[in-house]
Amino acid sequence: MGNLFKIALRNLLRYKRRTLLTASLITIGVVFVLVFTSVTGSFKAMMIGQITDSMLGHLQVHRKGYVASIDNLPLNLNIKPKTYQKLTDILGSAPEIEAFSPRLKFGGMFSNFTETTNIRLNGVYPDREFQTVPLLTSRISEGKQTLSRGEIIIPVLLAKGLKVKVGDTVVVVATNVDGSVNGKQFVVSGILESATGPGGRDGYLHIEDAAEVLRMPEVEFSEVAIRLKDFSRLPAAVHHLEGQLSGEINKEGRSIFEVHSWEQLSPFFNIARLIDVMTFFIKIMLIAIVLISIMNVMIMAVYERIREIGTIAAIGTLPGKILSMFVIEGFCLGVLGAIIGNIIGVAIVLVVNLIGIHFDFAQQKGILLKATVNPVDLLAVSAIVIVVAVLASLQPAFKASRMEPIAALRHV
Amino acid sequence: MALIIADNIHKDYQVGEVGVHALQGVGFEIEPASFVSFVGPSGSGKTTLLNLIGCLDKPSSGTLMVADTDIARLDRKESAAFRGSHLGFIFQDFNLLPVLTVSENIEYPLLMVQNVPPAERKGRVERLLAAVGMADQKDKYPDQISGGQKQRVAIARALVTNPKLVLADEPTANLDSQTAYAVINLMKRMRDELATTFIFSTHDQKIVGEAEVIYRLEDGHLAAKETKGGTIHGESL
Repeated sequence: MGNLFKIALRNLLRYKRRTLLTASLITIGVVFVLVFTSVTGSFKAMMIGQITDSMLGHLQVHRKGYVASIDNLPLNLNIKPKTYQKLTDILGSAPEIEAFSPRLKFGGMFSNFTETTNIRLNGVYPDREFQTVPLLTSRISEGKQTLSRGEIIIPVLLAKGLKVKVGDTVVVVATNVDGSVNGKQFVVSGILESATGPGGRDGYLHIEDAAEVLRMPEVEFSEVAIRLKDFSRLPAAVHHLEGQLSGEINKEGRSIFEVHSWEQLSPFFNIARLIDVMTFFIKIMLIAIVLISIMNVMIMAVYERIREIGTIAAIGTLPGKILSMFVIEGFCLGVLGAIIGNIIGVAIVLVVNLIGIHFDFAQQKGILLKATVNPVDLLAVSAIVIVVAVLASLQPAFKASRMEPIAALRHV
Repeated sequence: MALIIADNIHKDYQVGEVGVHALQGVGFEIEPASFVSFVGPSGSGKTTLLNLIGCLDKPSSGTLMVADTDIARLDRKESAAFRGSHLGFIFQDFNLLPVLTVSENIEYPLLMVQNVPPAERKGRVERLLAAVGMADQKDKYPDQISGGQKQRVAIARALVTNPKLVLADEPTANLDSQTAYAVINLMKRMRDELATTFIFSTHDQKIVGEAEVIYRLEDGHLAAKETKGGTIHGESL
């Protein structure tokens, strides 16, 4: 086998310019794919990270039917304390869950005593919420990054619109489940930067304050946001949790809970999918580049070496070995292009990071692009290039191996 | 027992729409360790006959036994294996592989055809490099040596597998007369040393004289067999 490689490499070096051109073409394709996947992949990871780690969590559990009416924030579809206890037991024993945070969500009126507007609020246990969505604190642009009883964190747009500052006293008025109205004063402890997606302009207060505003004798919960230890295991975790919660049924025999991953809760999942689709088509382009360039160069190689093929066939080289010689040439071209492409691609990604490219993502401005090359991507792109190079060589190699020695020796 | 037995060989093929009867009822026997030449004008059937003996083609009819093997019965893969184990080839244009050095060209059949172990390979290649006088040129590539040297390398490559038979189609056609003689003498010396049968085709009358058995071909027929003992004409063959 080593000798077949030696002959293949020497034949490639024999036509240096052609080999260089073909390898360059493959290299350009590999570089393009690597840079594209690393930049878009980083953008996608950042986008998903922002959505999950500052608002939604990786997945959420609701009472059945809540998500269908989520825009109305229905209080009559809350999880009752007794049911929540069962849910806590299940979530607490799930090994894949790092943290979970129950929330009581409601809509209300927000007043600075001179002006009033509407607001969506999340009643949370602050410590648990900050563990479950750790980037939430980074969105607090003013004030303290904690939340105590009697305090409220309000979205920046609302603060600007009503000219409310940290330390100001405000009033929150809400209608409870029975239709009666209640209000409570709060001190603004923080201003929250907006984030893109559902919940991106919500305010936060302590869950017991929320229950007090809503005149709940016991705290009820609209949803439970969950953070996983390993985000890449999200589908398995959803499946596992669904299985565990399916045993919890109501008097009608229907499931009490429903589990939703962030993908089902955020419209930005479609953007993430679009990025995946674009990456897929870029890879198809790479395959086309490698396929056409290798096939072209191997067809030329076979055509130019017909007499040599005739000679080695006459000497007694078996057809399989002749086929191997040409396939290995294509393989070597693919490996060469993949290695050089990987090196240049990684170098470009490093340069992009050194330069420091900033971009805006919806309401968030000046986000630094941190392009990373995933080793799996390196291996996958290399594997695609090499496999396609071998496949592209097969037809010319097969033709070479099937040549009649007499006809090949007569070729001029 | 004869190394080659040809009996009533016919070979027909098509060139465009024209049917060509390249060989018409050729029959002969060649003994082991012979130094044989097929001579005749262009189109007489020399190359066709060498191709048949060399297992590169099959007769249209008749029987051709080479080293006790009916070559007409071999399939493509068996033919290649037979060539690799029993035959050596020397070509008019030398046909050395340009990406291999002189010693690598000689080594090629041992490496790629016969899978001979490295130590034995090295020994055989060195012996043949010395025998053909190319030991000092062993690391050169074909484009760095002369035509005569290329043909010496080709002879070494043909002999390195210890074949029973070496076939050479016009081996001196691209050489000057002095080099041509040197090549033929080298082939003869190799025959003497290794007892390998050499069959070559030529239309060079001066070279023909070096052969011990000469078969004259005319229009696909065997016209005469010349040996030191005399000439036998076609009708008596």
